[in-house]
Amino acid sequence: MTEPLTGRGWLARIDGTNMVLFLSGDWSARDDVVRARMTDSLLERSNIHAIRFDSSNLGRWDSSLLVFLSSLREALARRRIVFDQTGLPPAARRLLALLPVAPPESTAPTRGIGSIERVGIWAIERWSDLIGLTTLIGETILRTGAAARGRVRTRLVDVLACIQDAGIAALPMVALVNVLIGGIVAFVGGIQLRRLGAEIYVADLIGVTEVREMAPLMTAIVMSGRTGSAYAAEIAAMQGSEEIDALHAIGIPVFDYLILPRLSALTSMMPLLCVYGGALGLFGGFAVAVAMVNISPASFVTQLRGAVAGSDISLGLAKSIAFGGWIAIAGCRIGLKAGRSATDVGHAATTAAVSGIVGVISLDALFDVCANAFGI
Amino acid sequence: MSQHPANRIHADNPILEVHELAFGYGAEPLLRNVSFDVKSGSIFAIMGASGSGKSTLLRTLIGLLRPSAGEIIVGGEDYCCLDDERRAKIGRRFGVLFQGGALWSSMTAAENVALPLQMFTQLDKASIDALVQLKLSLVGLDTGRASMPSDLSGGMRQRVGLARALSLDPEILFLDEPSAGLDPISAKRFDDLVKELRDGFGVTVILVSHELPSLFDICDDGVFLDAESKTAIAHGAPQVLRDTCAHPTVHAFMNRQTPPGTLRRRRST
Repeated sequence: MTEPLTGRGWLARIDGTNMVLFLSGDWSARDDVVRARMTDSLLERSNIHAIRFDSSNLGRWDSSLLVFLSSLREALARRRIVFDQTGLPPAARRLLALLPVAPPESTAPTRGIGSIERVGIWAIERWSDLIGLTTLIGETILRTGAAARGRVRTRLVDVLACIQDAGIAALPMVALVNVLIGGIVAFVGGIQLRRLGAEIYVADLIGVTEVREMAPLMTAIVMSGRTGSAYAAEIAAMQGSEEIDALHAIGIPVFDYLILPRLSALTSMMPLLCVYGGALGLFGGFAVAVAMVNISPASFVTQLRGAVAGSDISLGLAKSIAFGGWIAIAGCRIGLKAGRSATDVGHAATTAAVSGIVGVISLDALFDVCANAFGI
Repeated sequence: MSQHPANRIHADNPILEVHELAFGYGAEPLLRNVSFDVKSGSIFAIMGASGSGKSTLLRTLIGLLRPSAGEIIVGGEDYCCLDDERRAKIGRRFGVLFQGGALWSSMTAAENVALPLQMFTQLDKASIDALVQLKLSLVGLDTGRASMPSDLSGGMRQRVGLARALSLDPEILFLDEPSAGLDPISAKRFDDLVKELRDGFGVTVILVSHELPSLFDICDDGVFLDAESKTAIAHGAPQVLRDTCAHPTVHAFMNRQTPPGTLRRRRST
């Protein structure tokens, strides 16, 4: 018998072409480094035909021993060496019987996509997004026409719930943002105009900015982050719990049941919120102009009346309707194409907020270009 | 003399004792005066009709709910009276398979199994990988290890959930409706796997189920909760309860019958 090989928890004695592995002590995966990696070195130094075990001194054991034994069994199979497990505890033999002898597939996620494929996948996904969005907008136009003729199966209670959520519930946040924005515009504008001795024009600045731009834009940004992302998350969660599949299976049009209530709620509430936000923005600007820029209240009001035209108000309201439509469609569309996991719900909410804000700002720019072209 | 875990099977000392456990929200009790012992190495069933408090009892046992009265003795200590740190330490001796697997959706199957090892052991990456491969092989998951949970079938998710529950080599394995939603063949395979793991690792299994074939096949002890009184009305192995228990609710449940009087009462309401 040759000199024994040893390691923590095992000792190997080679007798001719056979090896006996004496297992001893406790084998715990929680506190020990798993000893599986020692198996190759154990076999490199020997020219054996079979391995037997002696577990008479083996203490408590868990997965650590199994990892050792299964990797040893794999290594022996590669070298065509017999793995004689009769000396192992019966429980270990039972568990080894559950394990495959061949090494299992890798657990590493497959990440073998090249950059060209990535670009291709990105382009296909964007094209698919565009088609989906166009389809939804087309469906919206057609179903809105049907709704006007009373031919949709939307429940009034759903519409009212959406109106409450997109209307009354949003008032505090819309108020806060617009008052602050009005005050900030008045303060920054007032400081600059005072240098020229033209601080009275701060009323013009606030009036035109609030009514044409800031009230619809800031209200839309608030609603995009608040309501658009909520729509996407809610519909994505419904995907996960197969509620959308249930609608399809029963034959209830998803557009009528899910999209139309949200779309009608946002497009009807956005102009009202815009008026409300604009009024509060003007109030914020008025307060700052009077308190910090030293303009009298009467002068401010007189100047404001002359500055804001009816076309400015119409433009602001038109923008807010378009913004509401975009936020609702983007939120619903992103929710409908989301996956079914919890991560997908979060991703849908984030994407809806970002898409809503970017889309609203882009639409605003488009409106301004058109207004300029038409001299509004 | 080998002291492998299988030696613990059917030892006389209970691994978990429940004394006069109660739980409820406000004035409404969900569990009342529930007592039982779980023998080490046994497969113990928590049985009862829907609404009898099976899942509430399971959630109380694993520490997700604090009982309003009673004791849960684990390793000689009242688990309910311990501070959060001690409870968490004892909780690491538990493995839990939730209904449907409850896998973390942002991780692959293998990452789900690896996370407890990364969080609660000092093992290096290679060792963790080896243990993850072992656990997934033990539960028979030969494919889909790098897949996200949403891409796995219900049976595969259950298996990954079981592998995750086994990741820290628990002393007690809690299974919540392990065969629910599985076809009969998959359910039988899963039952056999639970038995093999109990026999191999010597782990004690406490399971909530109302799948009668599973209960009769693998459980060697159990408690039956009554939906009306919210307490334990029978103790024993499911087969024994089926054959010998005279309580009408237990007898009807175990033999898949309508309890006497129920049909008439429903018709009159």
